[in-house]
Amino acid sequence: MNVMYFAWVRERIGVPQEQIDTQAATVAELVQDLTAREERYAAAFADVSALRVALDQELSEFDAPLAGVREVAFFPPMTGG
Amino acid sequence: MIIRVQSDLFDAGAELNAFAQGRQDVGAVVSFTGVVRDTQSGLKEMQIEHYPGMTEAAIAAIAQDAVTRWDLADALVIHRYGALKPGAPIMMVATAAAHRVAAFEAADFLMDYLKSRAPFWKKEITAGNATWVAAKDADEDALKRW
Repeated sequence: MNVMYFAWVRERIGVPQEQIDTQAATVAELVQDLTAREERYAAAFADVSALRVALDQELSEFDAPLAGVREVAFFPPMTGG
Repeated sequence: MIIRVQSDLFDAGAELNAFAQGRQDVGAVVSFTGVVRDTQSGLKEMQIEHYPGMTEAAIAAIAQDAVTRWDLADALVIHRYGALKPGAPIMMVATAAAHRVAAFEAADFLMDYLKSRAPFWKKEITAGNATWVAAKDADEDALKRW
């Protein structure tokens, strides 16, 4: 699936998006999978309560299933307006 | 509804004059323009990042909510991204309704939701620092008003 990162999450991980092969069934499992891979992911996901997630461009939750999802995005709380 | 996400400068006055023009059922038009404000540390520029695709969809959903809830004749949202200098307009909303209470409330609702539910992130660049603007609890609490 395509995984995207925005704002300081993008800066910590070092890329705006990437293709990830994973067996993760939920967003939380995807976070665990990535965190175990490299330190830069662990740094970005150290406190998931400070993060938001969107599945196929809709805000979602960390316990949401990933079945059928094509695009996951992680980012800090939004600061528009 | 008019929804635009752009890096280009917009002319808030011209946008407002063109908005809901010719409608005979509109008795009230309210607008808000957000401007890049300098900080005490001396802001060089504000960098605004967004999530292309989701941004437009999220704004359209928020604007449609406002139109339905306040029975608006029309709504407009323009939001910029990219590097903006102090004094530059960031975004504007406008609402048109039969009566002013609906137009004011809907504009207020739009601003509260755009702040916390539209995927934009602001970074302040000063002479010596680059800092992501943190979301405030008050911004999230503001949504509970609605």
